[in-house]
Amino acid sequence: MPVLNVNGTTYQIDADPATPLLYVLRDELQLNGAKFGCGLGQCGACTVMIDGNAVLSCVTPISALEGRRVRTIEGLGSLDNPGPVQRAFIEEQAAQCGYCIPGMMMRAQALLERKPAPSKAEIRRHMNANLCRCGTHMRILRAVERAAALMKVK
Amino acid sequence: MSRRTRLDFLLVLVVSILVFLALSWRGEIAPVEPPKRFDAAQIERGANLAAIGDCVSCHTAPEGKPYAGGFALRTMYGVLYGTNITPDPQTGIGRWSQDAFVRAMREGVSRDGRHLYPAFPYDYFTRMTDDDLHALYAFIMTREPVSARTPEHDLTFPFNIRLLLSGWKMLFLDRQVFAGDRSQSRDWNRGAYLSETIGHCGACHTPRNLLGAERKRRHFAGGQAEGWHAPALDASSRAPMPWTRESLFRYLSYGASERHEVAAGPMAAVVHNLGAANEQDVRAIALYVASIMGAPDEARQKRAEDALAMARENLGAADVSARSGQPEGGDDAAIEAGGEIYAGACALCHGSAERRPGAPSAEALHLALSTSVSLQSPGNLIRIIFQGIAPPDGEAGPFMPGFHGALTDEQVAALVVYLRAAYTDRPPWPHVGREVRRVRQQLARGH
Repeated sequence: MPVLNVNGTTYQIDADPATPLLYVLRDELQLNGAKFGCGLGQCGACTVMIDGNAVLSCVTPISALEGRRVRTIEGLGSLDNPGPVQRAFIEEQAAQCGYCIPGMMMRAQALLERKPAPSKAEIRRHMNANLCRCGTHMRILRAVERAAALMKVK
Repeated sequence: MSRRTRLDFLLVLVVSILVFLALSWRGEIAPVEPPKRFDAAQIERGANLAAIGDCVSCHTAPEGKPYAGGFALRTMYGVLYGTNITPDPQTGIGRWSQDAFVRAMREGVSRDGRHLYPAFPYDYFTRMTDDDLHALYAFIMTREPVSARTPEHDLTFPFNIRLLLSGWKMLFLDRQVFAGDRSQSRDWNRGAYLSETIGHCGACHTPRNLLGAERKRRHFAGGQAEGWHAPALDASSRAPMPWTRESLFRYLSYGASERHEVAAGPMAAVVHNLGAANEQDVRAIALYVASIMGAPDEARQKRAEDALAMARENLGAADVSARSGQPEGGDDAAIEAGGEIYAGACALCHGSAERRPGAPSAEALHLALSTSVSLQSPGNLIRIIFQGIAPPDGEAGPFMPGFHGALTDEQVAALVVYLRAAYTDRPPWPHVGREVRRVRQQLARGH
């Protein structure tokens, strides 16, 4: 049985090794932050982090995750104690329907862990893979900048 | 050796060097104020040629202004930087007369008399007609001037000695205007002219020797560009479905052709620019290249039919072991691991025995038709798996996610081994793990 490490906890997963991570997160582990947007790796709503990289969980089979660290938005913080990226998004009110937001947050987190002071152009280029249909892009970009500032303070 | 012989030898050597220096010296062409206005038709003609020549790709830095230079071309001799060819008077070519421009294109000499590196393919541009060179001058001189100093090339010794380029040119530069072939049609000759002069297709698609000169007898036999393999465009092409003039035209115009891979790597930019070129010209190029490839022989036709059958019947994952004629030496463990990865990461769009390729929004190629999987080495395939395929910023186009974050090197290697075994009948690639690591390092370094 495949073993997964998600947000620091180890799970034994009873699923076909070819199952993409997204469905395991939602159906087996009830971690519903990552969303199904297209199932084809084209929209980014399913973005999580694996070993520090932003990854599309709908096209990543769990067979590839032996011994690797998966992080989801649930691992960035909680309702009572949000992490800096989550706080930045709340302060900028960067959500309309909110469907793209967990993916956006995970991609932003991956960027800021690797590059704590990205330029506006770098943020835009990095966030390119995630689509937003409601049009809150400007707020999302501001939220990422804000998150960078918040992380610097910590 | 006697003293007399030694003196004679020394004399010959010194005279040879002096003759070489004399032949190599190029004077400066006086700077000018170029005309402010050019003939509109000439500019348009120049724009078409620039689109076919893809000048903008080597003369523009990533996210830089068009033609303002700064593009880093990594070669085995070091890094060269594409220069600023906007009409800026200080940092660009704003003070170049038409004669200076033509001399650069034909002889590889800059206005101030310095020899230019053949990474700038003047060995192709030298064959252009005067009219076309003048049209290009008109086009370039009417672009937006940008003040941007180009970094000096960073080349290892002795390649950083420009004088040696004069020797290179003496050996390898054949300064003849394109002649054409009277036995061929007008369209063929137009396509040949464009490909073999401004289009400089062979500059990437022809193998080179250690001195960086093309192996002329193996024109179009395949080469390399910016870390990618540029596939063969002659009869040795490994595309499972042989190219035709129609499929080549579609590929060159739109970047995609049914039954072939989408344009990736440096070709994506080429094709993007060709989309702006004159349609008849692109058709002519397609006609010419198709004629060089030639009609497929019986063996190739059989291979094509097999590949097409595989794609139509959607064979793949489950059938690897069942296939007859599988060459020995496949790594079974890797094939199995790779198959599992394929099932979860790729089959959704690329198809498997259980599902047809694609979904309404993702008509991905069935990999039995992939050229990358059939090449002599896996480099291109690895790059596509790592980086995916994306249209230029803000444009619509085919999209494939990259897997460099999702898969480790071992997993990519297993996937690559699997794809080779499942979708071709060619021998397995050696040292796939090493290739994967090498590509990842190159990508980390920015190429």
